[in-house]
Amino acid sequence: MVPFDLVSPRNLRDVAESLADGRGEILAGGTDLLDRLKERIDPPARVVNIKSLKELYGITEDSGLSLGPLTTMTEVAGNDRVRHQYPALAEAALSVATPQLRNMATLGGNLCQRPRCWYFRSNDYPCLKKGGSVCYAVTGRNKYHAIFGGGPSYIVHPSDTAPALIALGAQLEIHGATGKRMLPLHDFFQGPRENLLHENRLQRDELITRVQLPPAKESTRSTFLKFREKQSLDFAISSVAVALDMDGDTVRDGRIVLGGVAPVPWSVPAAVQQLQGRRLGSAIDDAAEAAVEGARPLDENGFKVTLTRNLLRRALQQLAQGKADAR
Amino acid sequence: MASWKPYDEMKVMGQRQPRLDGPEKVTGRARYTYDQRPPGMLYGVLLTSPHAAARVVAIDADRARALPGVRAVLTDIHPTGNVRFAGEYVAAVAAVNKQVALDAVALIEVNWQTRAHVVTLWEAIDEDAPRVFADKDNVTESERGDGDVDAGFSQAETIVEAEFFTQVQTHSPLETHGSVAAWDGDELTVWDSTQAVHGVREGLAKALEMPANKVRVICHHMGGGFGAKLGPGAYSVIAAKLARQAGAPVQLMLSRKDQHLSVGNRPDSWQQLKLGATKDGQFTAFECTTWGSGGIGGRGGVSQPYVYSFPAWKQQHHDVATNTGGARAFRAPGRPQACFAMEQIIDEMAWKLGLDPLDVRLRNDGNETRHEQWRIGAERIDWPRWRRREPGAGAGPIKRGVGMGASIWFTGGRGTKAQMDILSDGTVEVRCGTQDLGTGTRTLVAAVAAEELGLPIAAINARIGDSDFPYSGGSGGSTTAPSVAPAIKNTAEKAKAELAIVVARHLGVAADTLSFVDGTVRVASGQTLSWREACAMLGANAVSVQGEWQEGLSGSNVAGCQFAEVEVDTETGRISVIKVVAVADCGLIVDRLTTESQVNGAVIQGISYALLEERIMDSETGRMVNADFENYKVLGALETPEIDVILYDQPERGVIGIGEPPTIPTSAAVANAVYHAIGVRLRDLPMTPDKVLRALEGA
Ligand SMILES: Cc1cc2nc3c(=O)[nH]c(=O)nc-3n(C[C@H](O)[C@H](O)[C@H](O)COP(=O)(O)OP(=O)(O)OC[C@H]3O[C@@H](n4cnc5c(N)ncnc54)[C@H](O)[C@@H]3O)c2cc1C
Ligand code: SF4
Repeated sequence: MVPFDLVSPRNLRDVAESLADGRGEILAGGTDLLDRLKERIDPPARVVNIKSLKELYGITEDSGLSLGPLTTMTEVAGNDRVRHQYPALAEAALSVATPQLRNMATLGGNLCQRPRCWYFRSNDYPCLKKGGSVCYAVTGRNKYHAIFGGGPSYIVHPSDTAPALIALGAQLEIHGATGKRMLPLHDFFQGPRENLLHENRLQRDELITRVQLPPAKESTRSTFLKFREKQSLDFAISSVAVALDMDGDTVRDGRIVLGGVAPVPWSVPAAVQQLQGRRLGSAIDDAAEAAVEGARPLDENGFKVTLTRNLLRRALQQLAQGKADAR
Repeated sequence: MASWKPYDEMKVMGQRQPRLDGPEKVTGRARYTYDQRPPGMLYGVLLTSPHAAARVVAIDADRARALPGVRAVLTDIHPTGNVRFAGEYVAAVAAVNKQVALDAVALIEVNWQTRAHVVTLWEAIDEDAPRVFADKDNVTESERGDGDVDAGFSQAETIVEAEFFTQVQTHSPLETHGSVAAWDGDELTVWDSTQAVHGVREGLAKALEMPANKVRVICHHMGGGFGAKLGPGAYSVIAAKLARQAGAPVQLMLSRKDQHLSVGNRPDSWQQLKLGATKDGQFTAFECTTWGSGGIGGRGGVSQPYVYSFPAWKQQHHDVATNTGGARAFRAPGRPQACFAMEQIIDEMAWKLGLDPLDVRLRNDGNETRHEQWRIGAERIDWPRWRRREPGAGAGPIKRGVGMGASIWFTGGRGTKAQMDILSDGTVEVRCGTQDLGTGTRTLVAAVAAEELGLPIAAINARIGDSDFPYSGGSGGSTTAPSVAPAIKNTAEKAKAELAIVVARHLGVAADTLSFVDGTVRVASGQTLSWREACAMLGANAVSVQGEWQEGLSGSNVAGCQFAEVEVDTETGRISVIKVVAVADCGLIVDRLTTESQVNGAVIQGISYALLEERIMDSETGRMVNADFENYKVLGALETPEIDVILYDQPERGVIGIGEPPTIPTSAAVANAVYHAIGVRLRDLPMTPDKVLRALEGA
């Protein structure tokens, strides 16, 4: 480990200050950060422990639902409001890692976690994402890498909660030195072409202080399906988050977001277009086809195209049949 | 020849004895090598090569030595300075804590001169491939065979040819390899996570050029080895050298990455098979060309022709060297690879001929024991119902099927010695220099002793895992039970005889009128003493005897078979194993629970091999990209199916080994079940979703 200062700010202004010079990194549950510290990947000079900030905890009900970024995956998955009104989020949180990790892993950390690319996670490879000059995955081993939006880095965004939250229309409350701002989660992430080194648009003095869900509508149906090789302790090879606003059996509008297939949670409006104004049951194949249109697989990950198409089809079928169980 | 008492008279053996050290393990009190903390202990860390082929030109460790807390630095641990795989040890540090040791290792600067490397079998067999060893080809060819293959094929009415691939699997024991070394003057004690306390003692003495009688190796509990911990490790020698330099005990446990890279694996294989049969399924000839890469170890054996009888056969094999960690014995070396290919080509032949795959096996399986086992297994999985289902015939996206495979093993064991003390307070201690690599050896030792003395198992203090105890060999080749059980019986028999003499003298009766039953000593005349009363007669002269392995109490040659039922999701490519029926040959069962546990573990490891585990190499950099437990995926509880273990006991054969054979056929049974489910064959391990989807698309 590279030595660092550990600081424990008492309020949000302190946090912004400790982060202002760009050499600090927030510590929440630590399940992602600690591994990177041990492997000496982008080590920060200062670790900013936000866990004493009470305002960052808890789930509160307003017109919608407001989740503190220090809410753990276990708490998100077990919350009654989340389970009944935003099932896609509950399913996503429950699919993360293992019970032990879910007890530590926080929602803010889940959204801000760094990529799992095996070249990124090992100190042996000075790849593009660590300021180096090559992406080892392009010509190397890339079974788990991006089929959409790749280049020059081909990571996939590892978060399971992000696709679900985007599908559900979540907004982030963000605090920095100059105060707070709101940002749709959909606009929070950025691909490698926009910024190779940062997967999201947080300014260096900023942190997430709230995750805000809009009021749940009776007419909304949502689900999250994740495919992984192992049923525990495994990241998504592909996941689909679907939230549809229904008029009876007919789709009015909605959002479909794919996880594990692109450097950012991958929204597929083209798939939603196929559904709009049609009976859900009759438009499923068209939507699934549209979702994988334009996929650009690498040598070893072509199967993810088929898989993603089939997974979306299955999710839509389940919604059409009125059941939403994650698998 | 020695013999066991009748099976149905046994009170302890052949029963279900909970593992003696179970409570210690589940409460965390069992102390593994990892848990040893001799006073003043330092932490050792290795610097390993990031290059697959390179020369160490110079090592500068000055900054590491200068780091506060560093107590020893070794820069001469590589024998030649010529590194042949990424992960080889080139320097080592011992420091007051792990963090300082890791920091110090990061400060060591190595001047490398890299060379071209080959890390996969495919690259290594290319004529222009860089050589792994300057003075040797990467490929070593050999040929074996029997009978006239050409004549055999000309008699065949059908010929099937097919190609199969299996991956490199690393042993991945939960406890990584490692040692804690402590010097006391010129005597060395090493706690080692090992399958062979005596073997490590000999190896260490040799490597350190010191007398073996000054080395003691201890392993009370260990977290798995599967063959990778059968010999003395370079890390043990390094720990001892660091400890000597530092003047303090040193713990050196490998990191998970070190474990994946440097301490063994099951070699991969590429197998081209050709099988000929008559139209009623009688095999006429078998021929194969095989390759296997055992890394710098070179050897990648594939044990063809696997178990069935062939009037004529031929194998042309190629051992392929690559710039990767050397292969080591791994639970039934060479067999799972061979079985995966053989059982599938037999299945192909059967379906092609329109015959029942089970009938074809029965027709060509010369092992009588297995014939009976095939029948039992088939009934348990309800094969007569399944066989009527055409491959791939199920409706809907999720399909089921059943497949099968045979297992085999050979070795018995011999050579173990043991000591027993019966003390005047009635307590019994048995000491044996074997070790428990998680298989339940400690429980086995106590059970045999208790049976012989007519005592409950709890009355025995079974002490093992220490080279100070009488010699026993390494726990490999499924030899431990057949080697240890007879020695313990013989020792206990002798101890009992000595006790009988003393008691008989006290009572004024003949020793052969005494019998030891249910914690008592009975005299033919009708008198009964409690065990304690009898032992009290020993006074100051405790019984202390030594015994050894005897002919007649153990056997060799193990058969078995497995049936697997799987479910294949044709939309996602996921294979889920629903149920495995495992019929296992087990001779005279010493303890049913630990025996079942061996079969369960073997099946779980077999499914893991079938579906998940794989060393993934990056050709360009020459490194393993998944040297962890995140992307080197090992089967978990959620993927573990119902396992129906059927212990096929044949007490008349004595004690036999059980640990290896039940892991052999699982991947083959699963593969055949997958074909039965989807009508498409998977010829490449592990059978991951990407391969299933690709195979379905190509179908
Ligand atoms: C074995 C394993 C399996 C896993 N499997 C999955 C999986 O299946 N699905 C999945 O989604 N995830 C998975 N994860 C990732 C895990 O969910 C994340 O590591 C976790 O959610 C991160 O939360 P944390 O509180 O531990 O974050 P930390 O490790 O504390 O922080 C992670 C990052 O987020 C930043 N951060 C934290 N909070 C904030 C905030 N409020 N504002 C701004 N930045 C912040 C930190 O600075 C840091 O860069 C897995 C992790 C492991 C180790
Ligand atoms: S995919 Fe991204 S993180 Fe992975 S090697 Fe390429 S640049 Fe690095």
